[in-house]
Amino acid sequence: MLVSEQKPLEEILHSLDGDGTVFLLGCRGCAEASHTGGEQEVRTMKANLEEAGKIVSGWTALDFLCQKALVKTGLQAFRDQILASDSLLVMCCGVGVQATAAVVDKVVHPGCNTLSMGGAQGEWRGSERCAECGACLLDYTGGICPITACTKSLINGPCGGARDGRCEHQPDVRPCGWQQIYERLKKLDHLDKLREIHTPQDYAKAEPPKALRSTTFWALEHVEE
Amino acid sequence: MKLTQLFADGRFVITSEAGPPKGVDTTKMLEEVALLRGRVDAFNVTDQQSSVMRLGSLAASHLLKQQGAEPIFQLTCRDRNRIALQSDLLSAYALGIENVLCLTGDYVSLGDHPGAKPVFDLDSVSLIHTIKTLCEGHDLAGNELMGKPDFCIGAVVSPGADPIEPQIIKMENKIEAGAQFFQTQAVYDLDQFSDFMKQVKHLRVPILGGIILLKSAGMARFMNRNVAGVYVPDNLIDKMDESTDKVATSIEIAAELIKAIKDVCQGVHIMALGWEKWVPDLLREAGLWDRLSSS
Repeated sequence: MLVSEQKPLEEILHSLDGDGTVFLLGCRGCAEASHTGGEQEVRTMKANLEEAGKIVSGWTALDFLCQKALVKTGLQAFRDQILASDSLLVMCCGVGVQATAAVVDKVVHPGCNTLSMGGAQGEWRGSERCAECGACLLDYTGGICPITACTKSLINGPCGGARDGRCEHQPDVRPCGWQQIYERLKKLDHLDKLREIHTPQDYAKAEPPKALRSTTFWALEHVEE
Repeated sequence: MKLTQLFADGRFVITSEAGPPKGVDTTKMLEEVALLRGRVDAFNVTDQQSSVMRLGSLAASHLLKQQGAEPIFQLTCRDRNRIALQSDLLSAYALGIENVLCLTGDYVSLGDHPGAKPVFDLDSVSLIHTIKTLCEGHDLAGNELMGKPDFCIGAVVSPGADPIEPQIIKMENKIEAGAQFFQTQAVYDLDQFSDFMKQVKHLRVPILGGIILLKSAGMARFMNRNVAGVYVPDNLIDKMDESTDKVATSIEIAAELIKAIKDVCQGVHIMALGWEKWVPDLLREAGLWDRLSSS
């Protein structure tokens, strides 16, 4: 299971700045268990966004946002609502946000921060990876995680080491994550996102707070082990 | 002396490199520095270049300073977290080091300890931001410093990167974070370089064009295959191939490059990569040897 917590509403609204119409997407897997992106939380978020003057074109909560093939299939039913939206707000772990960003040609905003349980990668995973850093940056990077896609986990743009779009470390198997981010943002016409300077990550945020550790789901996760 | 002062004085700035040894015998490094002291403005002291473990850039910068040479303390994000980086910066300033160059750092697998744990807690942009924060009297956690440093902050850019757009955006972010001058990756393609200089003209920040002495046609081909952002055109490779005096040809090529870029940038950064002893000849041929004594 991937444990997440919702980003502060203020941060979410800031990330939606300029987006009038938003589609909401929750996850019936870990995010529901974390009480951060199940049906109930998506409904609450819908009310919050509407109160803030946003139009919510539609919403759903799918099983396993961590698997992009399932996300793609699940979102077919909401095609028109999504096409009518400026962006999607995805309330789940970093894997689900990336999987969604990989299958829709829309800006995808993360609604949650994923917290560390020591390295989980979704219940039905694809190629997307989340480092459970607790301070999700996917909003700035076109839904591609710079922590996992970049070998050096750089958060402020590419180093000078890539050649022909390949990483200086194992170029035969590793693409340059920042080139992928650049290309995605260019496609979304959002290169302005690259101009945001990020101060160093707060790695203390990766640690789940005490309140989360006392939930049943947390306990179950550890009983299994 | 801070490099910013030299740019303010309108000087065409020349920097070179000092490579710390693998081991503790610094004789050769200091001899190479002595050859150029007073002829170049400052020496970049490399920080575990190419991820190969060597004597540290902080200690070597201090040794240069003791010899009356001006060091540019190179600092990468590969081997130190934010605690160690800030601490080394304070240490450097306490030792009289005023110029710093911030780099991401090559990945560990490129060097001689490929199994090392890479750090990259900060990146080049946040490292620049960190130095600026220290200069303002605080550490990254907001604690007040007892006595604040006053660094001249340098950064790097790769004019030959493809695509170039994300590199330029990052360069702009580095300036916004506090970078005061740039050194570039090696320049061989003049059209590409002048194109790059046009694209960054609005930034109004001093840029030192990078010069690497070609030692052979094989080295040029190797760089074209393996070094990101470096492209040696075929005519230069042929010239090296046909040459019977590699050193003379190498110096001729580098001197021509310097003369060609001299008017579009604010200085040059010469990377001799073991050929330090030929740099005086290069400076003579480029007409820059008596630059300081005559000014």
